[in-house]
Amino acid sequence: MTLETPLLTITGVSKAYGDVVALDNVSLNIRQNEFFALLGPSGCGKTTLLRSIAGFEDPDVGSISILGPDSSTPINLLALPPNKRPVNLMFQSYALFPHMNVRKNIMYGLQREGLSKEEIAQRVEEVLVTTGLTDKASVRPAQLSGGQRQRVALARAIVKRPRLLLLDEPLSALDRKVRAEMQIELKRLQHEVGITFVVVTHDQEEAMSMADRIAVMHEGRVQQIADPVTLYAQPANVFVADFIGSGSLLHGTASESSFSAYGSTFPCHNPDHISGGAVLVLRPEDVRVTGVTSTDNPLLVGTIIETHFYGGSSSTSVRVPEVEDVIVASHPGAPQHHVGDQVGLSWDPQTAVLLQVHP
Amino acid sequence: MSTTTPTSGRGAARRRALIGRTVFAGPGLIYITAFMAIPVLLVLVYSFFQRGRFGGIVWEFTFDNYVRAFEPVYIQVFSNSLVIAGTTTLLALLIGYPTAYAIAKLPARWRTVALVMVVLPFWTNFLIRTYAWIILLNSEGPINSSLVDAGIISAPIGLLYTPGAVIVGLVYAYLPLVILPVYASIERLDRQLVEAAGNLGASRARAFFDVTLPLTLPGVMIGAIFVFVPSLGNFVVPELLGGGKTVMVGNLIRDQFLEARDWPFGAVLALFVISLLVILFAMQAAISRRINGTGKRMSSRA
Repeated sequence: MTLETPLLTITGVSKAYGDVVALDNVSLNIRQNEFFALLGPSGCGKTTLLRSIAGFEDPDVGSISILGPDSSTPINLLALPPNKRPVNLMFQSYALFPHMNVRKNIMYGLQREGLSKEEIAQRVEEVLVTTGLTDKASVRPAQLSGGQRQRVALARAIVKRPRLLLLDEPLSALDRKVRAEMQIELKRLQHEVGITFVVVTHDQEEAMSMADRIAVMHEGRVQQIADPVTLYAQPANVFVADFIGSGSLLHGTASESSFSAYGSTFPCHNPDHISGGAVLVLRPEDVRVTGVTSTDNPLLVGTIIETHFYGGSSSTSVRVPEVEDVIVASHPGAPQHHVGDQVGLSWDPQTAVLLQVHP
Repeated sequence: MSTTTPTSGRGAARRRALIGRTVFAGPGLIYITAFMAIPVLLVLVYSFFQRGRFGGIVWEFTFDNYVRAFEPVYIQVFSNSLVIAGTTTLLALLIGYPTAYAIAKLPARWRTVALVMVVLPFWTNFLIRTYAWIILLNSEGPINSSLVDAGIISAPIGLLYTPGAVIVGLVYAYLPLVILPVYASIERLDRQLVEAAGNLGASRARAFFDVTLPLTLPGVMIGAIFVFVPSLGNFVVPELLGGGKTVMVGNLIRDQFLEARDWPFGAVLALFVISLLVILFAMQAAISRRINGTGKRMSSRA
């Protein structure tokens, strides 16, 4: 952890619509120049949080403050109307003005700042070059492709040089191929312009590949804030373990150094001294498919229901009686077994994460 | 477009789609042909012939009717009508736009209630509603008497039988026709566009004039045409509230057909109004294409 003051500080923010709680005591800090992701399934409150930062929602309680231009005094964002906040938002629908061409769309925010004509023209040209839109400058949004519209929306936001750029599901409207390109481009732009990015997404791969840190949200609460590797290797709770990456969950009871489930007892690594109801998380790359004899010493025995070959690697799905989740094992090379085979499964107790289940 | 080979699957699909469209559009097309295209054509034909002594047409070709329409007395009636219909339209927009905006911002269940209230006057007879204005505006009516009671004026003033009374009556009659299309365009406007303007630094007023107003302009223009054209052609309101002193094109056309029995000249006057309508709609279409930035696309597809 660095000791520098965070750029954005969110403290105890809650928001309810009637009986529906959208945000429940959310607190988080966003550091300068980081690429931060708010990740969660739809309805988890991530968009409400983003809109609260931009000023389109008013939290019931809590505070949101941003570091002032002199980097010392924090500014209370909630006291400012949306048009006075030093924050820009890239809308999920892009919200480009259909009656203005690309250049006018980009200029709009600078004109509102009352800058000189020369400065506006210069900054617009710069951002057109950065986003590769120079030859589209006089075209209306209706004549652009999805990827081009996304770039206009981005250009319109970054030309304002906000200290914080909010992006609401920036890639969801794009098809797969353009998405991958844009992912790289967003990351490149973030480095180039040196703006702090906060991305809202429901796509965990998108968040994992782009963000420096991720806040996983569920039912209006922050479940865990961590970098992608930590999130994957050390999920804070069962929701995060299930939501991030793929993996199979074994439900059972933990004691000091073992985990009992489905009538068997497995050795396990229990650094947090969990006892009682617990879940053991098996990531596909940690699970080995073995024979069923006692020399193979399998931890579980089941039947193969599916195999997939991806070229460089393959995955084997095994149905174990009594276990709700299908257990998936991935390994390099071609599949070694056939559907219907009886196989054993084992894993290194050190790699499987044990999590407490809160009743 | 028309190079469909009967044997190709695409051609057959296209032909089926065409047949389908014809079936659905058929009744409408027949209705429009019978009750609009043919009458308009008839009016056009009449305008080139001479009047019969007791109405009807004498089939002798002439341009005289057109020449006559440009006589100063008729130019005067036209410009009079344009001023009255234009003022009516402007007032209806000034009242109707804020009303439509307010309705669009209501919670969903109140919106329906408000819209029903807007069209409610249509459930009463138009003549009765216009007569009601005679009672309101006459020298012993509630407006005059309350103004006198309040000491604002010392004696009743002549409100009725003035161009002002005609305008008030026309605004009242056609206000719902502004509110409905304007409401539809405000309601359809993507709220995020207004939010985006705010996010980029525009105040609420600024966002309204930069985003909401230009993007709802097509609806505004439809509303304006819906008020302007029938106001121009209306002859009941000028007669009842204008006391016959304010002659508008509508009165003139009616008189040509029913009293002067000069059908060809009436036809010419009616054609002028129809052409104006066509021009206005063409303008509306061109402007809404411009606003949505789809102009080029549409023309490249044609």
